[in-house]
Amino acid sequence: MNNNGKIHEKIGFLIFRLAMLIVVAGIVYIFFDIISKGAGALSLEFLTDRPRDGMTGGGIFPAIVGTVYLILITTFVSVPIGVGAAIFLNEYSRENLLTRLIRMALRNLAGVPSIVFGLFGVAFFIQYMGLRPSLLAAGLTMGILTLPVTVTASEEALKTVPASFRQGALALGASPWQMIRGIVLPQALPGMLTGAILGLARAAGETAPILFTGAAFFLPFLPNSIHSQFMALPYHLYILATQHHAIAKVRPLAYGTALVLLLLVIILNGTAVILRAHYRNKMRRGGI
Amino acid sequence: MSYRRFKERAIGIFFAGNGVVVILLLLAILYLLGQNSWPFFKEVGFLKLFTDNQWNPTSFFGPIFGIRPMMISTIMVTAGALAIAFPLGVACAAYLAKMAVSWEREILKPFVEILAGIPSVVIGFFGLVVLNPIIARIFGLSNGLNVLNGSILLAIMALPTVISLAEDALTAVPKSFEEGSLALGATPWQTLWRVTLPAAKSGIAASFMLGMGRAIGETMTVLMVMGNVLAAPGSFLDPGMTMTAVIAIELGEVPFNTTHYFALFAVGLVLFIMTFLVNLASDLILNRFQGVEK
Repeated sequence: MNNNGKIHEKIGFLIFRLAMLIVVAGIVYIFFDIISKGAGALSLEFLTDRPRDGMTGGGIFPAIVGTVYLILITTFVSVPIGVGAAIFLNEYSRENLLTRLIRMALRNLAGVPSIVFGLFGVAFFIQYMGLRPSLLAAGLTMGILTLPVTVTASEEALKTVPASFRQGALALGASPWQMIRGIVLPQALPGMLTGAILGLARAAGETAPILFTGAAFFLPFLPNSIHSQFMALPYHLYILATQHHAIAKVRPLAYGTALVLLLLVIILNGTAVILRAHYRNKMRRGGI
Repeated sequence: MSYRRFKERAIGIFFAGNGVVVILLLLAILYLLGQNSWPFFKEVGFLKLFTDNQWNPTSFFGPIFGIRPMMISTIMVTAGALAIAFPLGVACAAYLAKMAVSWEREILKPFVEILAGIPSVVIGFFGLVVLNPIIARIFGLSNGLNVLNGSILLAIMALPTVISLAEDALTAVPKSFEEGSLALGATPWQTLWRVTLPAAKSGIAASFMLGMGRAIGETMTVLMVMGNVLAAPGSFLDPGMTMTAVIAIELGEVPFNTTHYFALFAVGLVLFIMTFLVNLASDLILNRFQGVEK
């Protein structure tokens, strides 16, 4: 090959390297900006106090509590149905029309815009079922939104259980349910936990579905039942960033909120990743 | 039937029921969107939604519900996002799949996954406080809340989808294809362009479509950084207001069961259909791809 072509090729590969560098630099910059400016706002008071003086002071405790409550309710909705559907898809059926339809529905559900889940929440839980905008209505809406995450992760966990385990159990005379309960589920549990945590992380960061189903601008007290409205970290950040009357003054608080939200989501996602890696290693060492 | 067999059947049906719930939920979403849009279509008309070129539900001369300006906003910001994210994402995927050594891949892949986990409201906040003044300064504008800002942020959010899917597609190309090409005297660069990328084109096309679906449906980022002006943007430096943003802002303000309320569901229905078609297209492309592989 002539020299010209070699230079051409070198430049080409350099551009690819550069593209990766741009993306990495972008991610680092976003983190650096939010961590460096948000760290100043973080303090024990910020994490444990309620907003004061028209949200220009104090902390974000009610928003943290609201988000924790919300993701717990989301889990209660999403995990049982998600695990059940995954068990059906992976353990009870060969590929047939029903499983194809379920998989198609899951893929579509995963692609539905989050604001459309908000519309659905209003139309179904609030208008049709007569719930007030509340933790319950928002948690149910968010539970449906996270369902594809839970099913996919649970199915992946079930798939890691070797077929020989199932065959062994069945050969010893176990019924399908005994096999699933006694052999498959205990093996797949850590993987399913991973799925649940990924769902939690998704729910913690979503804003659009809770805008009209229960998130509140400001509440001086904590929610005391699932029928209460609640403050949530992402919604609080949205308010502080765009809707507040003294935007410049609350900017440090907004940065602090962004940092807390970012840390919460990263800790949840990180836990899931570590758990998955640990679990996969264990499976490999199990000598299948 | 013995008790044990009955119990087994019942448990099987119970799990099947969980699967059916997933289908029912999707149908319920579609049904409720349709049901709540229906009064709007009956009163104002289906065609009016697309022929009126203005969205002004509270106009003094009678409300006008034209979806076109916000659709143009959505399409422009999505196109801008893909123009950035697709070339950049495929280049990164090619780097990860074909050039990176294994320790680089071990670090970079989780790194990109972290990006996928950042909540959209945090990305929107970043655009508002960081990109906004930068764009304003570069283009000499009074502020940087416009379609360009939204496009850059949506590109950041679509990147993980594009990168991971395109990388999967590139990695799935059989080694023998590349080895054959190299053995015939092609350079690595020629092999990448003439063998690997064409062989992976279905997967790469699917990554494009899924990135598009993600960008069309995104709400909080575009709500925070596009200036929310209800006129079709003439350029990327104009503000705009996407379909998602209109729903997010106006649903909180309208009384239930008014024409305006139903109109927002009609917007939601159009949005649902758009993302459905985009996801369907990516599904079809991927299926064809798997068919060829077999």
